[in-house]
Amino acid sequence: MIAHATALADWVLVLPVVLPILGAAALLMVRQRLRVQFWLCAAVILAVLAADVMLFARVLGGGPLSMTMGRWLPPFGISFTADVLGAGFATLAAFVAFAVVLSLVTTAPEGALRDGVYPLVLLLLAGVSGAVLTGDLFNLYVWFEVMLIASFGLIVLAGHPLQLDAAVKYAVPNVIATTLLLLSLGLIYGTLGTLNMADVIGRADDADPNLLAAVAALFLLAVGIKAAVFPVNAWLPASYHAPPPAITALIGGLSTKVGAYAVLRLALMLMPSVAEPLAPIVLGVAVATSLLGPFSALAEANLRRAVGFLLIGGVGNILLCVAPGHAPEAIAGGVLYVAHAVLTVSALYLVTGLIETAQGTGNIAEMSARSRVSWPVAALFFVLVMAISGIPPFLGFWPKLLLLQGFIQTGDWLLVFTVLLNSLLTLIVGARLWSLVCWRPSGDPAVRAPGLGAAVLVTGAVVLVGLSPQLFVDAANVAAAGLLDPARYIAAVGVSP
Amino acid sequence: MEIILAPLVGLFLAAAIYLMLSRALVRVMLGVALLGNGVNLLIFVAGRLTRAVPPIVPQGAEEPAGFVANPLPQALILTAIVIGFSMFAFLMVLVFRAYQSLDADNTDRMRLAEPEQPQRPPLEY
Repeated sequence: MIAHATALADWVLVLPVVLPILGAAALLMVRQRLRVQFWLCAAVILAVLAADVMLFARVLGGGPLSMTMGRWLPPFGISFTADVLGAGFATLAAFVAFAVVLSLVTTAPEGALRDGVYPLVLLLLAGVSGAVLTGDLFNLYVWFEVMLIASFGLIVLAGHPLQLDAAVKYAVPNVIATTLLLLSLGLIYGTLGTLNMADVIGRADDADPNLLAAVAALFLLAVGIKAAVFPVNAWLPASYHAPPPAITALIGGLSTKVGAYAVLRLALMLMPSVAEPLAPIVLGVAVATSLLGPFSALAEANLRRAVGFLLIGGVGNILLCVAPGHAPEAIAGGVLYVAHAVLTVSALYLVTGLIETAQGTGNIAEMSARSRVSWPVAALFFVLVMAISGIPPFLGFWPKLLLLQGFIQTGDWLLVFTVLLNSLLTLIVGARLWSLVCWRPSGDPAVRAPGLGAAVLVTGAVVLVGLSPQLFVDAANVAAAGLLDPARYIAAVGVSP
Repeated sequence: MEIILAPLVGLFLAAAIYLMLSRALVRVMLGVALLGNGVNLLIFVAGRLTRAVPPIVPQGAEEPAGFVANPLPQALILTAIVIGFSMFAFLMVLVFRAYQSLDADNTDRMRLAEPEQPQRPPLEY
């Protein structure tokens, strides 16, 4: 048993999980009063954001922070461990959730508000925060399930037949994926005898690399389905265009990136020895995802489905950094790309949602025949198209620059080519979408869609971070160094190596 | 014992995969249920099956006397059963609601989200 209690200041580590769960329970008690629900929900998310920022500042300066539940010694108790990667992700998640709640208050259908969209948003946030802050693999599975059940609820709320169809296609593969995740965790436990992440790092070195590679492959398949990588991504375009736009922004911004986070965590930090045998598969999948995403978007007739394919291409770019022998810059690029994908994709979904609501259709051909898009919306869409293609003054440029720097250092010309081709294709898709939807001769007066504020907020973040990326780049470098050399992480948890 | 249970787990997973490859959602559901149970059994086996006493620490002692059973797999499986059951319950309701409102339990005929004739994007500006 641990004799001393956790220092009071360290409790900030569990606040991003505890606050939204308590908040969701409180919201259910006031479910008849929608106004109260909204204010309470926004307040809880702001509190979570404040806790996340404090946590992030602490781990950026002082190294990883860990806390083990129930006064058990670390390998046995469930550890919560925050490093820069996890804390940074949690901060962005809370920020996006805040913007989505702002958007929901004006755009969500009445039925969805009455059926409890706010508590579900909080539960989803709890799931995401838990998944990125936990230091225990089984606990990771539990948070994945929390995230999943909340996202099921969010997708079917209001119960339109289209949403039900989409929910079936979203739910079945995702449930199978989490069951596969559980399966791989059972095998990891059988192989290594531990599920504590810090402990896994130490024991994975001694294990049979081939056996471990087989087990890790199953884990990567499971989280790969969640991240929507190429051969197992068909559920994403089938479902993400069905729910209300703000919901898509939340789920599309966060849940696939949590899958990508799990890939980075396992393949780079927990079991670096499996990267060697699995690298050809992982890189093949990453290159295919990175290119096929924008190619599919090019042939897409529905605006939000096209954005979904761009999202998939972005996930491919993140996974390009998972291979042995990469330069630290490439890893930092992958980490920064996660941040970029969270912010830019959710902003893109918010803005395309505004356009869709104003035009009353999701079909690009019908949109370009209808009334004008109002100029602020068109301007936001333009900025985001440039950002997701990686055009310099915006956020998307910096992760791609880091990735390219890293790949050029180690001479991985195939990967350099992939990143560049992905950017070019994404730019073509984005420019095409923008000119079809927004660049029309002015006819009827523009229809104003409500809920512009949330889109402005997230797009503003994309622009600001793009203009002064130093904090984000530094954090990504620290996070990458932490992934490559987890000594501080292990020391923070306190397991003996 | 592991030798006997391992093929049983394999049988569960094989049957689950066979059922989940079906287009009929009811079969898929049965497959999901079987998959969950197979995985629970796998975790049980992964914790090593031993003939031993329950892991209870005698009063006043810091650790159990002698050889005890591994308590962790039970805790993991219990968590997994609860989560798996709630997921399964949600899926059943979802599939039933989809059957009511789409009049289809076959994925080939559920085409609202992805129409059978895919629309083409505009080819010019």
